[in-house]
Amino acid sequence: MNIKKYFKVYKLFNYTSLSIELEYQVNIFIDLLTAIFGLSGSIFLLSIFFSNAKDIGGWSFEQALIIQAIYTILNGITNTWFSPNLTEIVKYIREGTLDFVLIKPIDSQFWVSFKRISPTGFIEILLGIIVLIYCFYINDITLKIDSLFLLLLTLGCSISILYSLWFLISTTTIWFVKTWNATEVLRSFLYVGRFPLNSFSFPLRVFFSTVIPITFITAIPSEVILGISTFWKIILEILVSSIFIIASRRFWIYALKFYSSASS
Amino acid sequence: MHSNKIIELKNISKSFFIASKEPGLNGTLKHFFNRKYNEKKVVKNINIEIKKGEIVGFLGANGAGKTTILKILCGLLYPTNGFISIAGYRPYERKAEFLNKISLIMGQKQQLIWDLPPIDSFYLNAAIYGIEKSEAKKRIKFLSEMLEINKELYLPVRKLSLGQRMKAELLAALIHNPNILFLDEPTLGLDINAQANLRKFLQLYNKETGSTILLTSHYMKDITYLCRRVICIHEGIVTYDGKLEKLLTKLSPRKELSIICKSKKDIESLKNLGLDIKNVESNEITLLIKKEDIKKTLKNILNKYELEDLQISEPPVDEIIGKLLTNNN
Repeated sequence: MNIKKYFKVYKLFNYTSLSIELEYQVNIFIDLLTAIFGLSGSIFLLSIFFSNAKDIGGWSFEQALIIQAIYTILNGITNTWFSPNLTEIVKYIREGTLDFVLIKPIDSQFWVSFKRISPTGFIEILLGIIVLIYCFYINDITLKIDSLFLLLLTLGCSISILYSLWFLISTTTIWFVKTWNATEVLRSFLYVGRFPLNSFSFPLRVFFSTVIPITFITAIPSEVILGISTFWKIILEILVSSIFIIASRRFWIYALKFYSSASS
Repeated sequence: MHSNKIIELKNISKSFFIASKEPGLNGTLKHFFNRKYNEKKVVKNINIEIKKGEIVGFLGANGAGKTTILKILCGLLYPTNGFISIAGYRPYERKAEFLNKISLIMGQKQQLIWDLPPIDSFYLNAAIYGIEKSEAKKRIKFLSEMLEINKELYLPVRKLSLGQRMKAELLAALIHNPNILFLDEPTLGLDINAQANLRKFLQLYNKETGSTILLTSHYMKDITYLCRRVICIHEGIVTYDGKLEKLLTKLSPRKELSIICKSKKDIESLKNLGLDIKNVESNEITLLIKKEDIKKTLKNILNKYELEDLQISEPPVDEIIGKLLTNNN
């Protein structure tokens, strides 16, 4: 794989996407308001949960806010990269324009995953970072280099799991054509990621850690920040994310064999 | 392998499994809970060889299998059976070296970015094919002059006319200098002038680059102008593969003889000669006469009748091919 070429193409993908998005100024303003209201609503909901209890599943409000911050950052990443690209797969398949992707000397998974970028998701990432910095302050946390490395590593794994989940569902479009509903189900599952893993019952904890590892995505980086994460959990997250990435790749290659292209 | 041969298909077949639905609510519920798939053979054991630099037209009615063949050729569809080789590659493997040699243009689908000027799509395509910016610039200049689009390169695609958009689509598809072009109804929806310009361009491109062009079109002018060789497809089978001229002679062994008589009485008399009549309109009659009988019949008519005008012509190509598409013998 020619890395230099892929960087160049990715740069052009970003340039063309930004040019398209900036054509619509009002849309950007509305997205900014949506992000602020969404975050405020989530924090308000969290504060209601904590109004009658000092801690939930062993997490105080200040600690749970870290999960909210990580969730906001990851949701911003989803809205910037995954959502605009992976919902577009449905369009590629319905209209048969995947033909143009497949006859180009470029990795088709790279194309369908990174062609578009929605800059409005950056607002959420920025808000998430601000809340995270505030959490460092209220929880009196100073990150050491090794913790920072672990945080970046676990965040990387979380992003990989999130991407794979989106991609696996979107790939099924090749057979089912319409999978809007499935991505919406995934979105509602993602809301679960705003709460600590320990606040769920045991069967749900197993479900959200293995079948759809949503809570992994936010809980483990948060635990790393608080210095309470265990070694085996980090290893498990690396393992789960690797399995998901490999599975999404294999599934895409397998699914393409069934691509029948839209009739013309 | 013959050195000049660039495309080879041996016993290629392609089947699809398609679910059918009965009408009404009952049918809809059955279709939802117990969907039944039927195997549909779209392409059946076809054998085709194409030489480098040829322009070949695929003829056939809607649903005959032309586009499926084109999609198998460019690697979008896996053939169910058979052997396929294009420039020594198996298209379905979609190797980068193979993809660098081919291009696909579809009249009904577009690859240009809708909200941006075509020039942005061209540079993106150039980067995908690993073409340096300076080289891409030269190539865009060369092709835009050939296609006669310059100002349009900087206008958003959504603001371009269909003809201008198709030219831009062609430029985007040719930026990497492919030597095999697959064109699926490239002139679809274009006005007569735009169609003619596109045809001229394709002919020139083939002449200058020696590229091989495979074309499907429902506009007979595209085929007659560009292709010396045609392949007729009917229900997934190749029914004819050869020169277009030969096909026309085979399909139309008769000439049209149009006669304008001075009196209606002569028209009535001509009607009773026992010849095949194509058309009668006031003082004009068009007869269909076997090519070998034309001399004899003409002599007879000229001696017997007082004529105002007379014209001998071949039946229009559209009509002949139309007959082929409906009869397929």
